[in-house]
Amino acid sequence: MSSDSSHNVSYLDYKGRWKGKITSWIFSTDHKKIGVLYLFSMLILFSIGVLFGFLMRLELIAPGKTIMEPQMYNSIFTLHGIIMIFMFIIPGLPAIFGNFFLPLLIGAKDVAFPRLNLLSWWLFMFGSLLAILSVFLPGGPVDTGWTFYVPYSVRSTTNVFPALIAAFILGFSSILTGLNFITTIHRMRVQGMTWFRMPLFVWSLYATSWIQILATPIIGITLLLVVMERAFNIGIFDPSLGGDPVLFQHLFWIYSHPAVYVMIIPAMGIISEIIPVFARRTIFGYKFIAFSSIAIALMGSLVWAHHMFTVGMSPTAMIIFSVLTFLVAIPSAIKVFNWVATLYKGSIQLDPPMLYALGFIFLFSIGGFTGLIQGALSVNIHIHDTSFIVAHFHYVMFGGTGFGIFAALHYWFPKMFAKSYNMKTAKFSFWTLFFGFNVLYFPMFVMGWLGMPRRYYDYLPEYHIYHFISTIGSWIVVIALVAMFANFIVALRKKEKFTEENPWGGETLEWKTSTPPPLENFDIEPVVDSHPYEYKMNEPDQDLLKEEGTK
Amino acid sequence: MSQVNEQTIGHVHRDDEATRIGMWLFLFTELLLFGGLFIAYAVYRYLHPHEFMMAGKELNSFLGALNTVILLTSSLTMALSIAAIQRNKKNLSIFLQVLTLILALGFLINKSFEWSIKFSHGIYPGSETLLAKGSGEILFYGLYYTMTGLHAIHVVIGMIIIGVMTLFTIKGTINSGNNVRLESAGLYWHLVDLIWIFLFPLFYLIL
Amino acid sequence: MSEQTKKHHSPSYSIYIFVWLFLLVLTGVTVAVAGINLGKMTLAIALLIASIKSYFVLTIFMHLKFEDRMFRIFVFVALFFLAISLILLFSDYSFQ
Repeated sequence: MSSDSSHNVSYLDYKGRWKGKITSWIFSTDHKKIGVLYLFSMLILFSIGVLFGFLMRLELIAPGKTIMEPQMYNSIFTLHGIIMIFMFIIPGLPAIFGNFFLPLLIGAKDVAFPRLNLLSWWLFMFGSLLAILSVFLPGGPVDTGWTFYVPYSVRSTTNVFPALIAAFILGFSSILTGLNFITTIHRMRVQGMTWFRMPLFVWSLYATSWIQILATPIIGITLLLVVMERAFNIGIFDPSLGGDPVLFQHLFWIYSHPAVYVMIIPAMGIISEIIPVFARRTIFGYKFIAFSSIAIALMGSLVWAHHMFTVGMSPTAMIIFSVLTFLVAIPSAIKVFNWVATLYKGSIQLDPPMLYALGFIFLFSIGGFTGLIQGALSVNIHIHDTSFIVAHFHYVMFGGTGFGIFAALHYWFPKMFAKSYNMKTAKFSFWTLFFGFNVLYFPMFVMGWLGMPRRYYDYLPEYHIYHFISTIGSWIVVIALVAMFANFIVALRKKEKFTEENPWGGETLEWKTSTPPPLENFDIEPVVDSHPYEYKMNEPDQDLLKEEGTK
Repeated sequence: MSQVNEQTIGHVHRDDEATRIGMWLFLFTELLLFGGLFIAYAVYRYLHPHEFMMAGKELNSFLGALNTVILLTSSLTMALSIAAIQRNKKNLSIFLQVLTLILALGFLINKSFEWSIKFSHGIYPGSETLLAKGSGEILFYGLYYTMTGLHAIHVVIGMIIIGVMTLFTIKGTINSGNNVRLESAGLYWHLVDLIWIFLFPLFYLIL
Repeated sequence: MSEQTKKHHSPSYSIYIFVWLFLLVLTGVTVAVAGINLGKMTLAIALLIASIKSYFVLTIFMHLKFEDRMFRIFVFVALFFLAISLILLFSDYSFQ
């Protein structure tokens, strides 16, 4: 076992052999520090992405040129997509909260391969910096859209090359994280932590990691092929060399659609953690939620071509993919019903994490239902590549995954940093964000339905009102985000330590160690002898029924 | 495991099974990396069956078959070297690892020979001779150079890994009780072999 | 979780050599069959032989036969993912 010196040392204070403050962070193999490194690097990248989105909306406030040229606009929406998707939403939850909390939740000291874990962070930083650098290199920022569709990505004279390499490196980083998590979950669960006693966030990470491992290499090789095609004029996708551009789209979406589930499944895991804690009830249908994560991962791999209904696929393929797309809604709906059933007759506390969780359910449901609308073949032809799609995936990605990340941040922030944030500001920023979000994205559904194409720089006057409202919404969202981040920054700068072990009254293992967690997570190795969400106070339905009866 | 922690925490339990799981998962990513290419091959072959056959006949199936035999034999020596170290036969294991390296080098020499013949005939990506051919043949050679090239890179990586393992074996850090690293290197090497098992008939033997 | 790390005793040298010889024979068969024109069957036979070869590399050289069942499930999942991608892709190409 450990020597005494490492006991009771907070991970925040432990420096190891590194003397400097910065080196003790960026060379640390402690999963908690790596999680925090990811948190800060990703929040910076997220802010850059928000800035690009804000500028894009500002340009669209009125028809014609407002603040930038069309070429700049193309680059900005491309960079907004690349940053938000490859650097924030895909890796966000696993890399930040998976790293920090997966070992804590299963009672382990660290992940299975700590040095590999540090390597993934370095790869992530390297890839991100390369992508950012591509903006400033001669040639101009990449303008292909985040999807890098050929043949334009083979011919564009902008810096497609560094952007492709960056995406490849980010994919590699994500693969290593997935590999680490699967091994950790298989080998490092503490005594008594059987598969069905694992917290649901762990289940969601397990499903996610498998997608990362199996699907990411496909996009890796696809992007490499485009690199080869640009560099050596090798004939693969370029139609002038006999290639089939639609094959690129197939290969691209074989990864990128499952990647959508890499984004959303861990967020669903977070929600499954938060809901029982703040409803003071055990989770309803634990096994259904656990297996629905696996089912989503599996079925999500079979629906990629619903992004391509207008490229001229065979009718057989279109029908198959449309049917499969409808089927994915089943496991997603299972989760939503189970969360709502958990809330039923719970004693609900509307603290900030719970607000974000409820916000998630609401916005994700809208995003999910509009997804079904697009899954229908005939409707898809009508709304394909309109801002209806943009609204849909922002409801799922931002309203879903984004809110999931914020929920996790509000839920675990006190544990991670031993600081408490201001509850009122947190609630204020939630409501502002929730309101601004809907003002920003809901008009896009309407104008998309009316025919406003996505990614367009200019538009007809009849869409003006919707664009105008949407841009106002973007300002509200920015105000909310500034308030939220300011709240956290103020909290971090506070002198006073917050050392309460279990502020929300959670039952999972991370609440059974000190705040902040010691270097090796637990001073005494925990023993697990029950399910993760057993709330003794008013857990079984029968107790609730009796209370009802006495009233 | 981590050097940082080792200083204060001391002994960390070694988990060979975790290493094996991690290695297999990594192999899956390699498998699917090539899988994407095999998918592209399948589609283009389906779209241009005749031109693929024409182009395939141009490849030297003798050199291909020779490389298959070399790679299969190197897989054998690699597997035997692991069996040897587990039976505590250090020198035999080192000998077999070096033999694996020599065979791998032979594979690469053979491959470069084959590529240079193609180059001397003016068939390389972007060349005029190639671009004058039909689109199916351009695609065939595009995939041929990409897939065998990527495979060759994997052979080089495998050689570096095995070389390091040989050094570890000589130093004694890989021994009869602790050889999971050599085993992982072996898994990687067999995967390289596995991919070649499919590349060979798909490129050299289509008639 | 089982704490004991299983002793990994690999099979005897002779099994490896036997498998190697078998793989060489199969390689010879592939080359020989490719010389005969069997039409569309040629590709199917070549792939079948390649699959048999991979099976032996996976089970014997890569020790899958002697590992925990979990590893075989893993391999199945990975191959299944690849296969299903290919099949669904051809629902497009083969019906065009």
